Amino acid sequence: MKNIFSGYAGLVLALLSLFALSSCSDSSEITEPIPVTEGGKLRIEFDNVVGDKNLVLNSVSYVNATKEDFVVTKFNYFISNIKLTKTDGTIFTVPQDSSYFLIKEDVKASQFVTLNNVPYGDYKAVEFMVGVDSLRNTAPLEKRKGVLDPGGSMLEDGMYWLWNSGYIFLKLEGTSSKGNPVNNKFYYHIGLFGGYSEKTVNNTRVVKVDFGNLKASVTDKATPEVHLLVDVLKVFDGPGTNVSIEQFNSIMGGQQEKSQQVANNYAEMFSLDHIH
Amino acid sequence: MRTKNTKSGWYLLMLCALALSVMSCGKETEEPDPEPTGPTPVVWKKPAHFPDPVYDLSRNPLTEEGIELGRFLFYDGILSRTNQIGCGTCHQQQAAFTHHGHELSHGVDDLLGTRNSPAVQNMAWSTSFFWDGGVHDMDLVPFNPIENPVEMDLRVTAAMEKLRKTPLATSKIPVNYPKMFKAAFGTEEINSERMMKALSQFMMTMVSAASKYDYFKGGDANALNAQEKEGMVLFQKNCSSCHEGELFTNQSFRNNGLMPMRIDDKGRGAITGNAVDNYKFKVPSLRNVGVTAPYMHDGRYHTLEEVLDHYTDSVQNSATLDPLLVQQNGKTGIPLTASEKQSLIAFLRTLNDEQFIREAKLSDPGIGNAL
Repeated sequence: MKNIFSGYAGLVLALLSLFALSSCSDSSEITEPIPVTEGGKLRIEFDNVVGDKNLVLNSVSYVNATKEDFVVTKFNYFISNIKLTKTDGTIFTVPQDSSYFLIKEDVKASQFVTLNNVPYGDYKAVEFMVGVDSLRNTAPLEKRKGVLDPGGSMLEDGMYWLWNSGYIFLKLEGTSSKGNPVNNKFYYHIGLFGGYSEKTVNNTRVVKVDFGNLKASVTDKATPEVHLLVDVLKVFDGPGTNVSIEQFNSIMGGQQEKSQQVANNYAEMFSLDHIH
Repeated sequence: MRTKNTKSGWYLLMLCALALSVMSCGKETEEPDPEPTGPTPVVWKKPAHFPDPVYDLSRNPLTEEGIELGRFLFYDGILSRTNQIGCGTCHQQQAAFTHHGHELSHGVDDLLGTRNSPAVQNMAWSTSFFWDGGVHDMDLVPFNPIENPVEMDLRVTAAMEKLRKTPLATSKIPVNYPKMFKAAFGTEEINSERMMKALSQFMMTMVSAASKYDYFKGGDANALNAQEKEGMVLFQKNCSSCHEGELFTNQSFRNNGLMPMRIDDKGRGAITGNAVDNYKFKVPSLRNVGVTAPYMHDGRYHTLEEVLDHYTDSVQNSATLDPLLVQQNGKTGIPLTASEKQSLIAFLRTLNDEQFIREAKLSDPGIGNAL
């Protein structure tokens, strides 16, 4: 009996989340009008590095904290739900529908995120999610355009799990002498938004990068560029755990706890380099 | 936005139609309109004894043209890498849209999958899809078989590219997809939303609710004979806690005591990552169960007799075995006599829906391959 009940609970949950979803997107449309007239641009560069070196795909070998050599062949991740904090403390939230970006190391243009209609002013911090929030993960197909289209170009990089509906938040692939014995490769595909009707781990992470003494001034003439460094080493070497390629040459949806540790790690991979 | 526009477009159209009919008063009432002005709305009707559907039709209102496009997409092998395998290849109408006679289905190049092809019926009420429930929205279902390397093995982007280049002289029937998309959605644009919504529209029409059992429920006491009625009583007592209600499933995930095969398919456990869900699979509907052999997620049982023998004799105990399959004396399974099994099977066969498996509107328009 208990199980039947939980089946219904799941259904109710699913329905509730649908309701929540529709009401949420509705209210955001109403309460957050886009300031079209009084707005400038702000650009964020996501500059992928490995420690103090620039990331170069397919050729340069690096070493993680477990002293394992590795070459990166693919490094993609979603950035979403961007918020900017002004020096006076007020927060500008980029409208939901314009706030999903897929950063790919092999596509230079994808590493520059341009935010439009940003209210003029001085900004002291940026906040964003690594991954795709649960609402968008469960949204109807018409709400999944551009990089979120499960049938769109993003599929060439496979940033969506079809069989377990949900986006892959971060994908790191490469080769290593410690990789799997068949082809020396390792595959880290980290996703899971918390589950639709039943709970899974939630690997979305919200990251805040403070600009410290610097500020990004958006005016009608100037488009400031916030240059962030994104350190691949941190995907392995984290605050809680050092991921070993030898121990884990594949981390995907099947190893939820391990994927959670990687998510804790990648939450720490962003830092400010400079603003210009 | 699109749906809203379409909707208001409809109101406008209906007003025009009304105006026309008023203007033409006194004249002949024949259709004066040779040029179609837009897709024709279809009202989806819920069988009276069924619950409300789960699929949100307001997001994807049915039209004749949308359903027809969905039917073509469902059967056309163009959505596969080899141009051979359509949805209808493994979901054949005469077997209630399963792959009759196939424990596991073979897709492109006869590659085998790992699970038995489930019935495509009454999808409107599905809260989740596939044996493990990994997909929660019907619009997201077709991505899976199309892209699965052992099923149709084609990127949806590539499939859409092929559709855009139709009509092809080489196809069985040269279908003009851009034209069909225009008829269904107003313009020739082919995108994944339109493609999936057309397929969903077709699947919404795949409703099975006209079996002997349904006639009995509708008030025809003679629709079932004595043995079938006895089977129904046994069914309600022994089976309906999972195969519940008019859908004959409560859509939960259960471990029904099947010995894991070599592949060690963890089912729902692989989706939730939770060990308590290991070896659980979605409770399938039993509608049309008489024509959907073989049975279970891996097609291991070929007859209903074998299925019932499983429940009486072969239920394996394990950490996640459904508690409903453990009797008070600690033995596993459901106790049934041989004659009770015969009655149960007689009842199960009353769930066959001849109308559903013959309905011309659901059938292959002549472009499919049944392999």
